[in-house]
Amino acid sequence: MADRTDIPPAPPSRLARLRDSDLWYSFRAHPSAVFAAILLLLLTLGALLAPWITPQNPYDLAALELWNSEIPPLWDAQGQWPFLLGTDVQGRDIYSAILYGSRISLVIGFASVMLALAVGLSLGLIAGYFGGWVDNVIMRVGDVLLSMPFILIAILISAVATAALPPDLKSALAAPILIVAIAVPSWVQYARTVRASAMVERKKEYVQAARLIRVKPWRIMLHHILPNTLTPIMVAATLNFGLAILSEATLSFLGVGMPPDQPSLGTLIRIGNQYLFSGLWWIVVFPAIQLCLIVLSVNMIGDWLRDALNPKLN
Amino acid sequence: MIAFLLKRTANAAFVMLAVAFLAFLIFRSFGDPVEMMVNEQATQAERAELRERLGLNDGFLTQYIRFVTNAVQGDFGISYRNQQDVMVLIAERLPATFELVLVATVISLVVGIPLGVFTAVHRNSRLADALQLTSIVGVSLPSFVVGILLILAFSVTLGWLPAFGRGETVDIGWWSTGLLTPSGRAALVLPAISLATFQITLVMRLVRAEMLETLRTDYVKFARARGVPRARVHWIHALRNCLMPVITLTGMQIGNLIAFALVTETVFQWPGMGLLFIQAVTFVDIPVMAAYLMLVSFIFVVLNTIVDVTYAWVDPRLRDDTAAAGGANG
Repeated sequence: MADRTDIPPAPPSRLARLRDSDLWYSFRAHPSAVFAAILLLLLTLGALLAPWITPQNPYDLAALELWNSEIPPLWDAQGQWPFLLGTDVQGRDIYSAILYGSRISLVIGFASVMLALAVGLSLGLIAGYFGGWVDNVIMRVGDVLLSMPFILIAILISAVATAALPPDLKSALAAPILIVAIAVPSWVQYARTVRASAMVERKKEYVQAARLIRVKPWRIMLHHILPNTLTPIMVAATLNFGLAILSEATLSFLGVGMPPDQPSLGTLIRIGNQYLFSGLWWIVVFPAIQLCLIVLSVNMIGDWLRDALNPKLN
Repeated sequence: MIAFLLKRTANAAFVMLAVAFLAFLIFRSFGDPVEMMVNEQATQAERAELRERLGLNDGFLTQYIRFVTNAVQGDFGISYRNQQDVMVLIAERLPATFELVLVATVISLVVGIPLGVFTAVHRNSRLADALQLTSIVGVSLPSFVVGILLILAFSVTLGWLPAFGRGETVDIGWWSTGLLTPSGRAALVLPAISLATFQITLVMRLVRAEMLETLRTDYVKFARARGVPRARVHWIHALRNCLMPVITLTGMQIGNLIAFALVTETVFQWPGMGLLFIQAVTFVDIPVMAAYLMLVSFIFVVLNTIVDVTYAWVDPRLRDDTAAAGGANG
């Protein structure tokens, strides 16, 4: 946080410090950021509370009734309560499926960013701090990953891992595979950022001093070097969260992501896409809108964060 | 300069060898090529003979070297699925993808550059703000959603444009083009727009950022003071100085567009390389997957290297190795 006050007599609470910070001021001064934050909050709440605010559990095949299939949204003349956004060809309530699907999409997006952060930050710190051949190996691997398109790496990992698994494990491991598939091409960016600042910080006197009094290398890296690099990392991680959700949706849409029995938003769009020409537009349009809203709100927050934390613009 | 050129080329070669190694690993660990190729009744002896002939009994390194040697010559083996030469399959599909990417790039420049200039020049106007906000929406729309919505609007509801396929094509040598027939051009419209959406916002944002910097420079102020018409200052004097980064971005994005075309091609059933790849993924047709991976990576690496080398040629300060490596991946 950009907290510029001098050392106060009694340290104020975290919340008070946050409310006093430049970042909070900038946040309130940007209506689009506030709007995006509220939107994301609502979408996340909807996903979290899905079991309590939806009329149906879309995974429970016994709850699906075939005579409820292909019902249009409620405002249509043929719409039926409680199917707010209509149902698909199996009688699955679209609104319920969307909220449950958002859950999967958000969790996979979040987990893959966290995994990429963990891997990228550790490898970047190690590479920048130790240098030499360790640095060389790590960064070369990164170069190779960056020489292939992001989406292609993710597809390959997901496809190869799924093909290698026995059929009974495929469904259970679909989400972890996707998380890894998206994290693998994205850690390099963090590693490069952290490595660059670790190389600069390593030569500074405070690190030299810490070394002299035998502070352990991992402690120097985590407590002294890492905090100095967090600002650009935070911006990158926010924007990558949006990208990760998009990637997950794309993979699922292409059929190398979440299976139809535990559909993410991408899977729902893939399923709905088959009925594009039969006039059942609501099966595909509503999941697509939900996906766009999630990614849009994340990107708007990321955009604002990038400008707010950019010292050149302040 | 020659040392730099050699270094970059060696670097690119190393990356390609590593990609080839990955492709080779996938190739090795999936399925037994012999089982894929022989029929059910083949005897044990016939299988052993085929195994020997394919060189599957050789050492790991020997096989890898053979894989690379073959790949360099464009030989990626036979597709498991339809028993055709992989390179022939890809060559058939290449023109479709290439034309799609080309048209999408042209659209992104023709739409993106004017939008970028406009939002920079009229920075504080309502319309410019609205456009800037729309550009965030453009980044957030997944390309397959754009494609589906376009199909829904222009094919299903209005019935103006075809939603799948490539229309009629004309063969010029081995190149089949859809640009010369009316149905080919009509089929190209929706896929190209949906592939270009993301790129448009990218170009627009870049042009805007560059223009904002250029508009502050002395020569622009001087041109205004001299009484040069505003439009001429903005669209000719200033814009010209913003085009270099745009050209770089466009060049480097071509690799990404080729990769992303696979999503568009899936939505529109566009018979390009990407659709071939996705079908190969569904059938675990490893030779096709490996060939596609290597081809796209090759295009990627070549473009990156060309950009690096051009930059170093223009600006000698970048010939220092570390600066070049950092500068190429913005």
